[in-house]
Order: sequence, then structure tokens, then C-alpha cells
Amino acid sequence: MNYEPVIGLEVHVELNTRSKMFCRCSADYFGKEPNTHTCPVCLGLPGALPYINEQAIEDCMKIGLALNCKISEKSLFERKNYFYPDLAKGYQISQYRWPLCINGKLKIENGQWIRINRAHQEEDTGKLTHVDGATLIDFNRSGVPLVEIVTEPDFHDVEAVRDYSKKLQQVFRYLGVSNADMERGDMRLEANVSVRPEGTTDLPSYRVELKNINSFRFMVAAIEYEIKRQIEALEKGEKILQETRGWDAEQKSTYIQRSKEEAHDYRYFPEPDLPQLTVNSKQLTEITEEIPELPWDKAKRFVADLGLTEAQAKILTQSKELADFFEIVVEHGKKHAVLAKDAANFIVNKKPDINSMLPTQIIEEIKGKNVGKIEDEAELKSLAEQAIQADLKTVEDYKAGKLTAIQALIGGVMKLSAGKADVSKLKPILEKILKEKP
Amino acid sequence: MNNITSLTLTETLEALKRKDFSEEELNKAYLEGIEKFNPKLNAFLEVRKNKSGIPAAIKDAIITRGIKTTAGSKILSNFIPPYNATVIENLLEQGVSVLGKTNCDEFTMGSSGENSAYGVTKNPWDLNKVPGGSSSGSVAAVAADLCTFALGTDTGGSIRQPASLCGVVGLKPSYGRVSRYGAIAMASSFDQIGPITKSVDDARLVLEWISGGDNYDSNCRKEKFKIKSLAGTNIKGLKVGVPKEYFGKGLDSGVEKVIQAAIKKLEELGAEVVEVALLHTEYGVAAYYILGPSEISSNYARFDGIRYGGTRNNFGSEVKRRIMLGTYSLSTGYYDDYYAKAAKVRTLIRGDFEKAFEKCDVIVGPVSPTTAWDLGAKTDNPLAMYLSDVYTIVANLAGIPGLSVPCGFSEGLPVGLQILGKQWDEQTILKVGYAYEQATEWYKEKPKL
Repeated sequence: MNYEPVIGLEVHVELNTRSKMFCRCSADYFGKEPNTHTCPVCLGLPGALPYINEQAIEDCMKIGLALNCKISEKSLFERKNYFYPDLAKGYQISQYRWPLCINGKLKIENGQWIRINRAHQEEDTGKLTHVDGATLIDFNRSGVPLVEIVTEPDFHDVEAVRDYSKKLQQVFRYLGVSNADMERGDMRLEANVSVRPEGTTDLPSYRVELKNINSFRFMVAAIEYEIKRQIEALEKGEKILQETRGWDAEQKSTYIQRSKEEAHDYRYFPEPDLPQLTVNSKQLTEITEEIPELPWDKAKRFVADLGLTEAQAKILTQSKELADFFEIVVEHGKKHAVLAKDAANFIVNKKPDINSMLPTQIIEEIKGKNVGKIEDEAELKSLAEQAIQADLKTVEDYKAGKLTAIQALIGGVMKLSAGKADVSKLKPILEKILKEKP
Repeated sequence: MNNITSLTLTETLEALKRKDFSEEELNKAYLEGIEKFNPKLNAFLEVRKNKSGIPAAIKDAIITRGIKTTAGSKILSNFIPPYNATVIENLLEQGVSVLGKTNCDEFTMGSSGENSAYGVTKNPWDLNKVPGGSSSGSVAAVAADLCTFALGTDTGGSIRQPASLCGVVGLKPSYGRVSRYGAIAMASSFDQIGPITKSVDDARLVLEWISGGDNYDSNCRKEKFKIKSLAGTNIKGLKVGVPKEYFGKGLDSGVEKVIQAAIKKLEELGAEVVEVALLHTEYGVAAYYILGPSEISSNYARFDGIRYGGTRNNFGSEVKRRIMLGTYSLSTGYYDDYYAKAAKVRTLIRGDFEKAFEKCDVIVGPVSPTTAWDLGAKTDNPLAMYLSDVYTIVANLAGIPGLSVPCGFSEGLPVGLQILGKQWDEQTILKVGYAYEQATEWYKEKPKL
């Protein structure tokens, strides 16, 4: 008999907000000295209470909107109760019956729409490290905002899972709500896998949850292994049990982590420390307006307006930085009779390093001649000042320690100068201005 | 001049302004009192030998930075918090100092003070009687003039009931009036911090000091409570509702007599007495003992034996009982029949009050069905203990404010009159309490220790 896999995905993404979900601690915990980003709230000390980080809620809504979800006018936080040493309060504040974003969908490469059940807001736990038989707890991550995105069981092959996951990652980065780095744990995947005889449409009576898998590659391998394992078991007439399994990268196999009998009863109930979350239409409009052009819309526009091929458009919209760079080149190229198509060809084929190369240099290389570069310090300084004035939020981010924010300001200067500013001279000038700024 | 320690808070502030005595003398007087009487009462668990500040007694369930905070539990026997509750910060700003931390039922779960891991607090009016609970030590300290005022917490009556049993003023503010940040949570949707004082005007002042939002408690209202002094208050024409549900089976006849006399007094003062119905009162205790323990079972998960030292075996039996009750009520298959149903009852009780307040400005009745009982009398019967909160619990279910004002004695023991108000309307219940207090002066009666 032939079998069809039925797969649903749960994706957790850590938001890159400045402070944590329910307290004022810095959420930028990665690589920091353990237990230095903590306070009574995220340590779960007696008497401490959660206080909602509005930025996180807005980011969650942005994710929901980008995934075509309906934003609930009223939603509710609930407590998910379970014991684990990294869970300071003995419960996680999450959403369950009344999530913030519901009923979304995302189109993947094969043309299929993946239905999204929900995108809800919750908080991360602390982190355990096992050293020489001892277990150490670091609460720096405790309370960092997380958004969980749950699909319906709409995937029937591994390629679709990979594609969807990559698309999500792209969306998070376009929205600027997360670095979505799998290795750092910014983005975590869980898959619910089962198989059914081909041609049937009922959901299988069991599902195997694959958890704690920290890369796309391992997730794909684990799902492939699991599909094979389940088909073999069914062929032998065995009953597959509902359970949670992990991935053993050495053995290249999944292994049981928890059986159904050991499953938690989370005893969800409405979080009494927090009021109902309400979103009014004004807020919703404001947040909708903040959503940037998403990669698939950008790609469509590149094809329709600039005459690119779909393949070119897809490559050029992989990251927002690359797409922005390309558009500056196109804008600048107009003055030098360089067609968008030529610019696209060049970037797609030559793959220039956009962090070190200037848009003008691209034009120069295409045209084979010098088209002018701004190297004058006073002129660069004036452009830098303008870019800073136009983007004070990025300046704030930079001041708060997000040093990569400077890239956005460089981008700003590039736009102002039609790509002619000399980055190697510009960067120290920007740094100096930012340093002197109060 | 009167004995310094018998002065109310507002009188003390005036005397300090007049330089009748210094803050150092004030603190010394209270410390002497504590030294003399605390061994008899066991009201304080921890005493600070301050030389300045207005000395206040703080229930040990409220977090104080650098000062051991046990909440009456063995589990926190050595917990020295790294932060202050918002109410403490607010009081410090007003020149108040923490005179000491007061005994309470473990994690505020109890109605007699007998559930503390640090021994029972005695009622200053009769050392063989319970002081009520759970703010036992705070109330005993105010009654025995061992502090200018105290803070308590009230989840189902823990300020009002002991205030009634010890003959002092106790105010449970509206839910959301005072920040709960730093009050060790019992049941988060019920808890409120409130003043325990020697007079109604003192309660007004302390509420003004501690109220207002702090951006730490999401359920707390931003604005401070602020009204002019209560002097000259007139309650003519005010409508006082009397619910017949508060005068049924279980109410001690001696207490009933005192309460009826108090209602008569209010009428003499010009108030109009109207009958109101609070139909779902009899379900209040049942709903409370589902919803409260549900929240408790979650709130107390943090004491998981990994931090704070000691295992969960260190919980006393009442805490364990409520954790078990709540865990059960929230479990899959039971949630709808218990938690969800109790939540519906809560809505009905809120509705009762909304309807009743269409007919009246305040509701009055007894705080407690009896006066203080003998130590040990109910310790083997948790249900009897729970029922002693039948008149106070409903206010916490509805989130409305309630005041207990001394209104006389039954067989030598104090009785408190409960005055309930609309949500956010502490002003009117304080007015009624003040008018009654000034007309009767029961608050001037002091226990003989």
C-alpha cells in the first residue's frame, strides 16, 4: 500500500524586542553572563507580577498580519502549568483558547496554501546546562517574548515543510521582529507527523511529535526518518503510539522522549494577573501600515514593473537588504542608462558582497566606467546627519546596544546619495556622530 | 497629653507637627509597648529598632527589601527579598518606616491566625481567643497600640474579619485600587492590600498613600485615591441597603443584636434603610473555594523545592489542602464542572451587587457571624473555618470595597459593622464609617492587657 504523510508544524520564534515580555530586563541575552538579565518578575520571585510589553504584542500582530491571520479584537493570556526547573513560576504565561492571531494562511512554492491555525504570544523559559553531573540554571532567557505559529496538518511532503519554514524565517526577518537564527535558538521547529493510506482523507488517530530539533537540516532528516519508521510499522500491522520523539544526529534516528501516558495536563486557566488584551481598529490600522512590502509582493513587483524573470525576482528578494540594495542600483542606474534587467543579471550572476560593495560600483562595473563616488567628509557628514534625522528609532536601537542597526543608517545614506557614498569612509563618520549623540 | 501610642495616625501626625514629641520618642514608645506585650500576643515576627519615621506594622505577606519576609510559612523561613512591594515604596515616600513584620496564617490562608508556622497570634481582648485571620498580627498590633497603623491583605476577608474580631478599623479597597506588586499572591484575582487602623480617617489617609498605579500591576488603576478629610461628614438621605441573606442561619444572636443597633444608629444619623437582595450569597463560599484554590495551585508551583530551600513538605496542611483542591478543579475533565462553573457564579454575584446598588449607596451587615472564638475550636474543621468568611468573601468575588468598623461588643468581645460599596467608591463607605464612628466612639475602647 502507498502512504501519504500528514504533517503539521509548530514554530516558535523569539522576538528581538528590547525588553522581555513581562518585565523591564533586556531581552538581548545571547552570550551574556548567566543570571545578569534578571529581576523579581522573570525570576518568579514571590509577589512579583507580569506587565505586558506592548512592542511584543505589536510584533506578534505583525507576524499574524503577514501570515494573513485575523487579529482577535479580544484575546486572553492563560497559564500553562507544568513543572520544570527552568520554569521560574511553575507556569508559562501563554495563550490557549483565545489567541491573538487566528485563521491565517501562507502560500508556498508548490502553489499550496498552508492554513495557519494561530499565532499567539507567550514567554520563553530559562536555560539548563548540564556540567559534570550538576545542572546549572540561567534565567537570562526567562521571559523573553516568543510567538508560536501553529499550522493545520496540511503538509504532505518534506519539501513543503522546508519551504514553509524558510518562508517563515524570511517573513520574520523582513518584518524585523526576530533574527530568526536557528542555531541560536531564535527559531525552533516542532513537527507533528503521521501517515495514512494514500487516497484517504481522515486524520490519522495518532500523531508523533518531533521536538527540540535545532536546524532545518535535522528537522527534515527527522521527518523523513519518522515517515519511513511509521510506514514500516503500519506495514507490519503495528499500532503507532502517540508520543514525543527527539532526533539523534549521531544515530540518524528518532528516539522516544515521552509517551502519551506521561503527557502533561497543563491545567490552562485565564491568567488572573493580566487584563484581557484588546485591539481596536485604530491600532490595527497603524500596525498594518507598518508592515513592509513582503518578499512575495516585492518579487511580483520586480517581475511586473522591472521586467525581471521570476527566478531573478525570487533571488533578489531573499533578504530585504539585498532587495533594497538592488533597488538603489536600479534607481541610480536610470541616470546611466543601466536597465533593471542588467542590474539584476549582474547581481544574480556575480553575487557581489553588498556589505562592502557600493551600488555605484555595480553601475560602474556594468558600464565599465567611473560614475562618481562621494568621498568628501563634509558631504558624507551632512548626508549622515540627514539619514539619522530620518530614522531616530534606529538610532535608539543602536544606542541600546544593537550595533547592527548602523546598517540601516548606511542604507539611508545610500538612498539619499543614490548609492554614491563611500561606505568605508561613511561608517566611521556615522559611528562618530552616534557616539556623540546624547 | 494622652499616652503617645493610643493616638491615631492622624493625631500622631498633628502631634509631630506641633512638636509634642519627636519621631524618636514616638518610635521608642511603640518599641517599649512591643517589648512588653508582644510576648503575650505574638503579633510581630520581626521588629526593627528605628529611631525615625512613622512606625507601621506590615503583614509578613508583603515584600520588604532586606527584611525577612516569611508570609507565615516555613518554606520562606530565611527569605530576605531583594525588592520592596510598591506599597512599601509608597509608604517610605510618606515618611513611614517599617516597625516590624507581623504574623499571619501561612501564605494568608486561614481565618484564625492559627495556620502560621511561627505560632498563633492571640486576641488582645482575650488571650484565649483567636484574633481572626489571616492578617492576625497586624490587627492585634493595632488593637494593642503597638503601631500607628498596619497593612494587611484581604483575599476573602483577611483584613475585615480580624479587624472585626479585634475591634479596629479594616479596609479592603476595590480590586485594582492598590498595586499588588510585592504582595505574595494567594489568589491573584481576589487579593488586595489595605489599611488596618485605629480610626476611619486613618484608613482614608493610608489608602491615599498606598493607592495608585505603578506599571507593575497590570490590573491596578492609575489614579490615586484622594478625598478631603472626612471631618463634618453628613449621611442624611444616604441609602443604606440591608441584605436579608446576611441575617439568616449561622449568625450569632449576640452579634445580630449589635449589628441591628448599629443599623438603627445609622438611621438616627439620617440614613434611609432599604432592604436589598444578594440572592447568590450562599454560593459565595463554594465558588471562592474553587476559584481561589485554582489560582493558589498555580501561584504556589514556584516553591518547587529547587529554590528558597526546603521541599514542598514544608507547606502546612491548609496550603496543601488548597493546592490539592485547585489542582483538581483545573484538571482535564473537571475544569468545566468546577472552575468554569464557579466563574459563572462569580459573575452572578457581581450581578447581585450591581442590582442591589441600584437601590442603595452602601450595603451594611455583619463582618463575621460570630465574635472571636476559642483558640483551637475550629482547627479540626476546615469547613466551619471557611464558613466564618461567608459575609466577607462575596466582596472579593465582586471586586468591591468593604470596611469593618467597630460597632460594639457581645459578651465582652468586639463586633465589627461591615460597610460595602460600589467598585471604586471607597469614598462613600468611608463617609458612612466615619459618621458612625464619630457618633458612637467605639474606637476609643481599648483592650486591657
